[in-house]
Amino acid sequence: MSELTRADVAHLAGLARIELSDDELDKMVGELGIILESVATVQNAPIGDVAPMSHPMPLVNVTRPDEVRPSLAAEAALSGAPEQDQQRFSVPRILDED
Amino acid sequence: MSQATAEATLPFEEALAAYDPVLGLEVHVELGTNTKMFCGCATAFGAEPNSQVCPVCLGLPGALPVVNEKGVESAIRIGLALNCEIASWCRFARKNYFYPDMPKNFQTSQYDEPIAFNGHLDVELADGSTYRVEIERAHMEEDTGKSLHVGGSTGRIHGATHSLVDYNRAGIPLIEIVTKPMTGAGERAPEIAKAYVATLRDLLKALAVSDVKMEQGSMRCDVNLSLMPKDSTTFGIRSETKNVNSLRSVERAVRYEIGRHAAILSSGGKVTQETRHWHEDTGITTAGREKSDAEDYRYFPEPDLVPVAPSTEMVEALRATLPEPPAARRKRLQSAWGYSDLEMRDVVNAGLVDLIDETVTAGATPAGARKWWSGEIARRANDAGSDVPTYAASLAVTPAHVVELESLVTGGRLNDAMARQVWDGVLAGEGTPTAVADARGLELVQDTGALQAAVDKVIAANPDVAQKVRDGKVQAAGALIGQVMKEMKGQADAAAARQLILDTLVG
Repeated sequence: MSELTRADVAHLAGLARIELSDDELDKMVGELGIILESVATVQNAPIGDVAPMSHPMPLVNVTRPDEVRPSLAAEAALSGAPEQDQQRFSVPRILDED
Repeated sequence: MSQATAEATLPFEEALAAYDPVLGLEVHVELGTNTKMFCGCATAFGAEPNSQVCPVCLGLPGALPVVNEKGVESAIRIGLALNCEIASWCRFARKNYFYPDMPKNFQTSQYDEPIAFNGHLDVELADGSTYRVEIERAHMEEDTGKSLHVGGSTGRIHGATHSLVDYNRAGIPLIEIVTKPMTGAGERAPEIAKAYVATLRDLLKALAVSDVKMEQGSMRCDVNLSLMPKDSTTFGIRSETKNVNSLRSVERAVRYEIGRHAAILSSGGKVTQETRHWHEDTGITTAGREKSDAEDYRYFPEPDLVPVAPSTEMVEALRATLPEPPAARRKRLQSAWGYSDLEMRDVVNAGLVDLIDETVTAGATPAGARKWWSGEIARRANDAGSDVPTYAASLAVTPAHVVELESLVTGGRLNDAMARQVWDGVLAGEGTPTAVADARGLELVQDTGALQAAVDKVIAANPDVAQKVRDGKVQAAGALIGQVMKEMKGQADAAAARQLILDTLVG
């Protein structure tokens, strides 16, 4: 794993829309670097030819029939929204179009 | 109105003289399933905002998605119809990003294991030639929510202060169909792009997997385009123009981007790899965000959905459900109906193939079916600003009506002028052709005595014309027929009138 750079952290923060001050960036480079380093120790595990596993259960083709089930009422769906308007979730403006 | 200004473009011919376009198309199709891809929420268009959402498609903690069986079947059928190989085992993947159009903060998609890959679609061009579009992949994913940008003046993002999101669309099954880069298209690139999308739309319609309404967004097209110098085989830097949502726009967007890229390259500049927005009103594209690298999405296998592993039996059973390909069907019907190439093209372009097929199956002659659908009914649809299938459906005009009317004409009860009056009644909802003819008293006069009286009267009133006919100028009888028809108030058979005039004068 290559060293985490300040530019990497700034890029990730941009994607996640988190504003970081210069001090915070410096701090995060160090802290995230330590975290990544720690997690990277799993790469030393003697896995040999063990295939990567994404699913713990050996199941395939679990499907459901195409039948409508009740949805939430709109009030319930919106009940956890910090802000709402016109029966829609109100969110800070985003940089991309719909 | 967008405030965007057009960039410099090179004239199309000039651009093509120096560069070869490389074209790639990504088409997203919303499946016509009853429910979403991973939950049982309904997919009805136009429902109240956020009324078709549940813990799964809202990404609430603890919710567990389960794949829609019909969604997988439709994906496989689309793959087979596009001559693709079907994966024997594949997974879903999370595409992580931070736009609020997905409340989960990721879109469930497929990454390096698409359900269908390596296919092709043959596209017929206007000159009768065929261009083979190679298909890279068709994969399953889900649609995103719809954002309404408020606070700005345009409804678009610029100047908006916040966005209002409706998640009814989030989770609706989507199939993304991606072509391989198309080279060698040259000046035909815009035409090929349009023809490909049209052919794909017809195919998906025939598969009955989607309503493929581009204007409603159930089929959407992204245009990737780059140019390379004539003597090069190295692809240039591409732009990706999003949401080009009509056939005409697909052609225009390709044309515009060719000119724009050429202007940049010919002046020594470098094309920016970016997403661009298509402006239907002005016919130009403008820069959007810079394209994220794939790794920015941090794709990883979706742990909550088990792999999809269609058996050979399942794939073959689905293959057996494929309809006749639209192009092959058109060829077969043209031959069966005896239409000329021009007649068939007109029928296809007017969207009349299904209606005529049903009408002929119901007992009309192919010529009669074409005559009424593409003549009288098409004219009225056009006057109403509609297309024939929509118009016919809205007024409940059916193939059975056409069959009935044709038999009234061939049976000698009505002539064409009367038949047109019958259409007035049928389209006004007055009932079947027979009922309308009865109600309006439309019937050719079968009484030869009355017709003979009219013929005698007209001959007596036109001695000069009558003499010409007697002298052998048979075509002069036309003037007399018109007067006889007038005398009979249109309720005579013109052919019978002509015969009677000739019999009377020439014997």
